[in-house]
Amino acid sequence: MTGADPGQIFREEAAELLVDLETALLHLEQRPTDREPLDTAFRALHTIKGSGSMFGFEAAASFTHHLESAFDRMRKGELAATTAMIGIALAAKDHIRTLIDDPANADAEAGDAILARLAEQSGSAAMSASLRQEHDDAEGRATWRVRFRLAPDALERGTNPLLLLDELRELGDAGIVALTDDVPPLEELEPTHCHIAWQVILTTAHPRSTIEDVFIFVIDETELTIEPVSASVPEPESAVVASEPPAPPSREPSAVTGHVPPKEPAVPKADAAAEKGKAHPATNSIRVPAERLDDLMDQVGELVIAHARLKQLISDSVDLQIKSVTEEIERLSNGLRDITMGIRMVPVESLFGRFRRLVRDLSQELGKDVVLTMSGEETELDKTMIERLNDPLVHIIRNSLDHGLEPAADRVAAGKPPQGRIHLSARHAGTRVLMTIRDDGRGLDRDRIRAKAEEQDLIPPGAKLSDAELFQLIFHPGFSTARTLTSVSGRGIGMDVVKRTIDGLRGTIEVSSTPGGGTEITLGLPLTLAIIDGLLVRVGQGRYVIPLFAVEECVELPPDVERRHANRNFLNIRGALVPFLRLRDSFGVRHPPDLYQKVVIISSGDKRVGLVVDQVLGDHQTVIKSMSKLHADVANFSGATILGDGSVALILDIAQIVAAGQVQEQRREAS
Amino acid sequence: MTDTETRSFEALTLGLGGEIFAIDANSVHEILDIVPQTEVPGAPPLVSHLINVRGKVVPLADLRIRFGMECTPPTIDTRIVVVEIELDEEPTVVGLLADKVHEVTSISGASIEGTPDIGMRWNPELIKGIGKRGDDFIVIPDIVRIFTTH
Repeated sequence: MTGADPGQIFREEAAELLVDLETALLHLEQRPTDREPLDTAFRALHTIKGSGSMFGFEAAASFTHHLESAFDRMRKGELAATTAMIGIALAAKDHIRTLIDDPANADAEAGDAILARLAEQSGSAAMSASLRQEHDDAEGRATWRVRFRLAPDALERGTNPLLLLDELRELGDAGIVALTDDVPPLEELEPTHCHIAWQVILTTAHPRSTIEDVFIFVIDETELTIEPVSASVPEPESAVVASEPPAPPSREPSAVTGHVPPKEPAVPKADAAAEKGKAHPATNSIRVPAERLDDLMDQVGELVIAHARLKQLISDSVDLQIKSVTEEIERLSNGLRDITMGIRMVPVESLFGRFRRLVRDLSQELGKDVVLTMSGEETELDKTMIERLNDPLVHIIRNSLDHGLEPAADRVAAGKPPQGRIHLSARHAGTRVLMTIRDDGRGLDRDRIRAKAEEQDLIPPGAKLSDAELFQLIFHPGFSTARTLTSVSGRGIGMDVVKRTIDGLRGTIEVSSTPGGGTEITLGLPLTLAIIDGLLVRVGQGRYVIPLFAVEECVELPPDVERRHANRNFLNIRGALVPFLRLRDSFGVRHPPDLYQKVVIISSGDKRVGLVVDQVLGDHQTVIKSMSKLHADVANFSGATILGDGSVALILDIAQIVAAGQVQEQRREAS
Repeated sequence: MTDTETRSFEALTLGLGGEIFAIDANSVHEILDIVPQTEVPGAPPLVSHLINVRGKVVPLADLRIRFGMECTPPTIDTRIVVVEIELDEEPTVVGLLADKVHEVTSISGASIEGTPDIGMRWNPELIKGIGKRGDDFIVIPDIVRIFTTH
């Protein structure tokens, strides 16, 4: 992409690095001696610093520098990764984010405070650095033979071998020889590629890891060997080698081996090739703006629709050739649709991972010891869905931590382990993904919910409610049973937002709870926002789509129901009374009804409602189109879709329609 | 009337309920023949139908409703003018029903007069001004206000 704002690219890259950094820090907190998260954190910091100053984010770069230094010392074992240290690093990470995203509003004092704490911690946590220094000295200077060959396109990617060599020189006495045995004849020479490898005889007091660090950013693409050279190699020799001019380009290896210490000939070609294979892993990814994926999805959606029209047009045709081409197009467009949807799928790990920090910070703020566990992180969901699920899940987890989990003393008194648990899980169930948030806290207090609901006139006093009905009340706007307000929750906003967001995603929420045993909230979500499996029905002359996940069954409307109970719209479905709505009344249809009316039974949560339609036309997979702002306040519909003949059909909003059916049921109970 | 509203502009003129209306030609995406329409139960009368415009679901507006004109059934000349307007800072594509589409023409700012407060058949709030073209009067509707006021 030419013309893209490099600053923006840096911001995006930095955002990802900061996420990596945070994950690494949280891992490190769990396992302070682990090398891998430490390296990840260090690499992330180093890149942010480097790219930051390259793109003019000086403040962020210089701030990051301090943190990077601290992490460098941790890697060398001079500093311990204490909880306090991780805490500072997390705060610093947040500050870096502000410095990058919104430098104008960054609080310089807060940044200085973090740095002051960092300095203090580095001082106290320094594991007798001086002692360590002595130890190194005792080990004395060692001589290493370092050979490296950069990837052919390393120069294009901005790697400067001279800087690597300079860095090596800084470490100690270095004798550098260029290995030119791979330089091709002039006519084959690719001028933008790096054909030269280097051998450096380095005598240094630094350990091997320091030498490796020089290559930390190119290590994946570089063939690198570092081996100790026995003390017998006289230093003057390497000095001589260094002063000698680089060998002229030559195909003959012998010409080169003459200049390097004779111990080791040039790396055998076979090995080099094998290492090259390892160095280029198959994963090759590109970054694509999300809008482009949306555009692609739109186009594919239109292709699917266009194909459906084509299929309809030729259904009467006897031309076998056209038919076979149409089938070919069907195969291709279905494949394209599946691939496009696959591109948008992201493992929920990327969503769950964010909550580690949330739980950590909140548990410290609230003084509760809480562990967050996860399962099914590899389950995939549409990227847009993942983004929109963030806020609802934050609310739910906050509630669990704040209201659900008891303080440690209460837990012990109740015979539970003092450490609270929150478990996040995701799994596939048919075409839906079930996401569960479970805690082992005190559970929902039925009496208090009931008292609160009666106080707010949400339910009549003494109303008989099932647990599920009672628990749904917590999603009512302004409903909060928290006795004391905390900064975390208890303002009575939150759960209704959760409900609204999940409804908007065509999802469902179920709550179950055991007193003293904990609460479990299960979100049922469609795999993607873009495509819906629906049941196509006809009401009057209009066609409507009912989301298939909500459909339980279709039955015929018994004619006697119509005659006997003109005002009582209830069906007896295997012994259970199910209220039904005549969609023709709801939609104001004037067209005369069909003789045999059908009822589609739909459910939302544990509520069931029958919808009376004129005809059930069949199932229909289609692309969801949102309605414009002009139809924002129209009830009963959640979107629209385009049918095979090119006309528009509306998609019913299950949650709203079920609610309307419930109003009817309440009227019956009241009467 | 401010200057910005009475400057010259390229306009698409169309017939609606016996009057000539002019809409900014730059906002016009395309002009379509009549396509199948889907009624939206419970929607405001102005935008009671949806149409499919190249795979996008677009509301179809009958401006005659806002101007109190008689809604005659479509004829062979009836067209749908697809325009893009800014609603709450969000570009929104809307189809406008027209009895007949005339031409793209330049309307000079000097010929545009403010809306007379009296002697008008319709709500002056919905009109930016009246232009003159030869002996004909051309109504310049305020499309955004038509959709945002009820």
